[in-house]
Amino acid sequence: MYSEEFQAKLKQQRKQWEDALTREPGRCRRDAFTTLSGAPIQGLYTPAEIEGADYFRDLGLPGEYPYTRGIRRTMYRGRLWTMRQFSGFGAPRQTNERYRFLLRHGQTGLSVAFDLPTLMGRDSDDPLSEGEVGKCGVAVDSLRDMEILFDGIDLGKITTSMTMNGPAPIFLAMYVAAGEKQGVPAAQLAGTCQTDILKEYIAQKEWIFPPAPSMRLIVDMMAFCTRRMPKYNYISISGYHIREAGATAVQELAFTLADGFAYVEAGIRGGLPVDEFAPRLSFFFNSHLDFFEEIAKFRAARRIWARRMREKYQARKPESWLLRFHTQTAGCSLTAQQPENNIARTAFQGLAAVLGGTQSLHTNSMDETWALPGEKAVKIALRTQQIIAHETGVTHTPDPLGGSYFVEALTNRMEAEAEKYFAEIERRGGVLKCIEDGFFQKEIARSAFEYQQALERKERIHVGVNEFVEEEETLDIPLLKIDESVAREQVDGVRKLRQSRDGAKVKGALEALRRAAAGTENTLPRLIDCVKAYATEGEIVNVLKEVYGEYREPAWF
Amino acid sequence: MERKIRVVLAKPGLDGHDRGLKVVATAMRDAGFEVIYLGLRQTPAMIAEAAIQEDADAIGLSILSGAHMTLFPRTRQLLAEKGAEHILLFGGGIIPKEDMGDLAKAGVGRLFGPGTPTAEIIAYLKQAVPGRRKEAPVV
Repeated sequence: MYSEEFQAKLKQQRKQWEDALTREPGRCRRDAFTTLSGAPIQGLYTPAEIEGADYFRDLGLPGEYPYTRGIRRTMYRGRLWTMRQFSGFGAPRQTNERYRFLLRHGQTGLSVAFDLPTLMGRDSDDPLSEGEVGKCGVAVDSLRDMEILFDGIDLGKITTSMTMNGPAPIFLAMYVAAGEKQGVPAAQLAGTCQTDILKEYIAQKEWIFPPAPSMRLIVDMMAFCTRRMPKYNYISISGYHIREAGATAVQELAFTLADGFAYVEAGIRGGLPVDEFAPRLSFFFNSHLDFFEEIAKFRAARRIWARRMREKYQARKPESWLLRFHTQTAGCSLTAQQPENNIARTAFQGLAAVLGGTQSLHTNSMDETWALPGEKAVKIALRTQQIIAHETGVTHTPDPLGGSYFVEALTNRMEAEAEKYFAEIERRGGVLKCIEDGFFQKEIARSAFEYQQALERKERIHVGVNEFVEEEETLDIPLLKIDESVAREQVDGVRKLRQSRDGAKVKGALEALRRAAAGTENTLPRLIDCVKAYATEGEIVNVLKEVYGEYREPAWF
Repeated sequence: MERKIRVVLAKPGLDGHDRGLKVVATAMRDAGFEVIYLGLRQTPAMIAEAAIQEDADAIGLSILSGAHMTLFPRTRQLLAEKGAEHILLFGGGIIPKEDMGDLAKAGVGRLFGPGTPTAEIIAYLKQAVPGRRKEAPVV
């Protein structure tokens, strides 16, 4: 890219600069500097560090292949990201109130957090649900609960993201049915269902069925949404949980995109043309503490995805090349110590996500190391996004850090390191085989342990935790408490529902589902019949468990 | 030589966040403890049973889902019913201070929050376990 004369001059000046540096007393605070993920950082970045880069091949213009600089020509000059706070607790009525609170304060999309029994396909009155109902999310047992959850919220106008994986097709069915009840046809519904089961086996561990039938259910969703729900993101391929489980930025990037490729291959194997389903694939990343590393990760993700989709999977539509993503700031970076400091951490992480070109954002609340967020904490988190959007000025031009020698060098390195992992995953027999062998899980656990050791040796400073510690701390944030009466009401509710509905209709719908699941018929229309008959989530999951069995993870550390 | 400290580690309930527990398990193994790692989706009954079968000194439970006020007391109660009150029950996770106080009153040992160094947990067990053993240490 640069003339020989320029390069020679740079080389000479740099040599002089380095010589001068060695003569300076004291020099650097540390022998070596690394990113949070352990990538070495040089004392200087110049055009020499991005030598061999080709602007048109590697960066291009915003909104154009390979989309390193963002997926839209205007980026935030056109439209801001969607401010979408992940939220849910207690009974559907309480969560509905929180949604209305957030929308009143300027939130622009919804994101449903379900409780653990719901994520694991169990009704609130299941013995294993005891103590967990409504605790880390909202309890939803049937379509009746979904109707309450979205009461007074127009599903034709708002986009909703559902963090739901094992039972994802059931919740897609409920969302379709809830929309229909409001008079919104499926084709009009916009939003996202997470549906990413691969990262559940890898990191988040909320699975139900074994990998093969889980993938089949996902292909059913792909086929259904491709034909019937053109505005719906039926999958959000997630690195967030992989990162939270302890992965480095490179591992997050590589494992998530590898999962993405696995879904693309599953879709193609399922007989779907890549350009029909790929435009609705979406992603979900973490934004962690290391500011520039995170920005590089987002930029590298877009470039890798675009290249693979075009070159390897032969996608022809530009929409199939776009990596659209949601970001959440890093929960695992927050501290229980001096929790107000989490506001600052979250602000920097949110800023990195925006500079990385995110399409939607969740900013964590300062109190999440103690409990689910209270109203004050969640409002500050939302206001943080509004400050980034309206006060900092970073939204005024696309990819403002594009061309930074440091950021471009980090972006290139991210891509190269991710490619190494892709080659290793392939050599090991692909994503499913790697899950079966615990490859991802062990890589992540190793990184998590190394990080903890680095903290304990004070090689990394976490303010308030291993440095700037305050001995006597009092917590000044009002914490959200979920009363036990919520669980009792929810249990009563689901029992009453089973009494009041048309039992024969439920039985018939469940039997039709069983036949579809055991055969090759798409399960989605059958699931919609089941939820409309008010079959509970647990009843539906149990039918599918009888057909598919349950996944068990070997216990190792 | 004094017998090694034997610890059962488990994730009770439906919570899948096992990063912390795996880090603690590795650190304890490196510190010379015998770690019996039960992993995810354990019921209090399964955990109590395993601890008794394994003649464990302590049970460490990790709960980040908010179900701590149900799962710790239930495990404590099962240990008592089975005459295994000498087994120390401790844990960690996302647990408000107020709840920590209530659980301490119910006979649960230390509960460690986010940011705790693994060395602190290990030191705690080294101090708390020897006094609780039923018999004299095996020599």
